[in-house]
Amino acid sequence: MAKAAVKTATAARAPALAGRDFSATGVKLAVLAPAERISLRAPAASVAALSKALGVTLPKAPKTSASKDGRTALWLGPDEWLVIDEAGGDPLADCAGVKALHSAVGVSHRNVGFSVTGPAAAATLNAGCPQDLSLAAFPVGACSRTILGKIEVVILRTAEDAFRLECWRSFSDYAFAFLSQAAVDAAA
Amino acid sequence: MLLIRCPYCEEERPELEFRNAGEAHIARAADIAAVSDEDFEKFFFIRSNPKGIIYERWRHIHGCARFFNAVRDTVTDKFVMTYKAGEPKPDISKLKKESGPAAYANRPPDQLNVKKPAAKRAPASKGDA
Ligand SMILES: [Zn+2]
Repeated sequence: MAKAAVKTATAARAPALAGRDFSATGVKLAVLAPAERISLRAPAASVAALSKALGVTLPKAPKTSASKDGRTALWLGPDEWLVIDEAGGDPLADCAGVKALHSAVGVSHRNVGFSVTGPAAAATLNAGCPQDLSLAAFPVGACSRTILGKIEVVILRTAEDAFRLECWRSFSDYAFAFLSQAAVDAAA
Repeated sequence: MLLIRCPYCEEERPELEFRNAGEAHIARAADIAAVSDEDFEKFFFIRSNPKGIIYERWRHIHGCARFFNAVRDTVTDKFVMTYKAGEPKPDISKLKKESGPAAYANRPPDQLNVKKPAAKRAPASKGDA
């Protein structure tokens, strides 16, 4: 009997909606590259140690974020943060050595990130997000868990006319379709 | 749309981000096994259901995800005030005089969610029920 060739399967990452983008007058949508993410829960006493380990100071004020060297920590609640690393680091491993009480859960594959940029970016998001996204109420660096249409999302303002939107992977089709239609409406 | 003040986010947020979680200040007995059937029924099932001011638990489920308490008027749907979970039940007779609006309706748009409101909240609440 002839020897069967040994086949090895290599797991390939298949990001949702990879490479998709959409443009309308005044607003551009793009699906962002995969990133490392953790959901971090910790009491106030652990924040200093975790900030040191992560290399970014966990923000304590509502609706604020902190960013350093491609890693962003978003305040989601009084003891809850979403940490996004786009520089190839591993925030989960960084937290592993911290002895202070905390819970860090890797959610890299759970989320899909979108960028919404252009002068009509806020209007596009406001098609499904009921929050005040004016610069006075939602300045650059502000972030919030909120809703977009029927789904829960996290929004981060990265520049005056640019937002990062994170949603759960299984909702990404809905989010992209919703934003595409909203972009057309915002441009009109 | 109603805007509800979340005491953890420290600002007014759209009602779509919130979920009602029933009546507030209902304490579970420390030794629930020793409670009589009648008292357990009261604790578990019986709610005040008033016409007027009610103390409720709310959850900012699509925001900071925290539970907090609110004083709401069931007739007008006005949020008299909101406060953090675990804080004492506010005295309603004092509330009517002192508190500002907890919801959007009584505050001018340019004073919403800015760090320093143009005017203090007290004057805007004059004549509130
Ligand atoms: Zn909140």
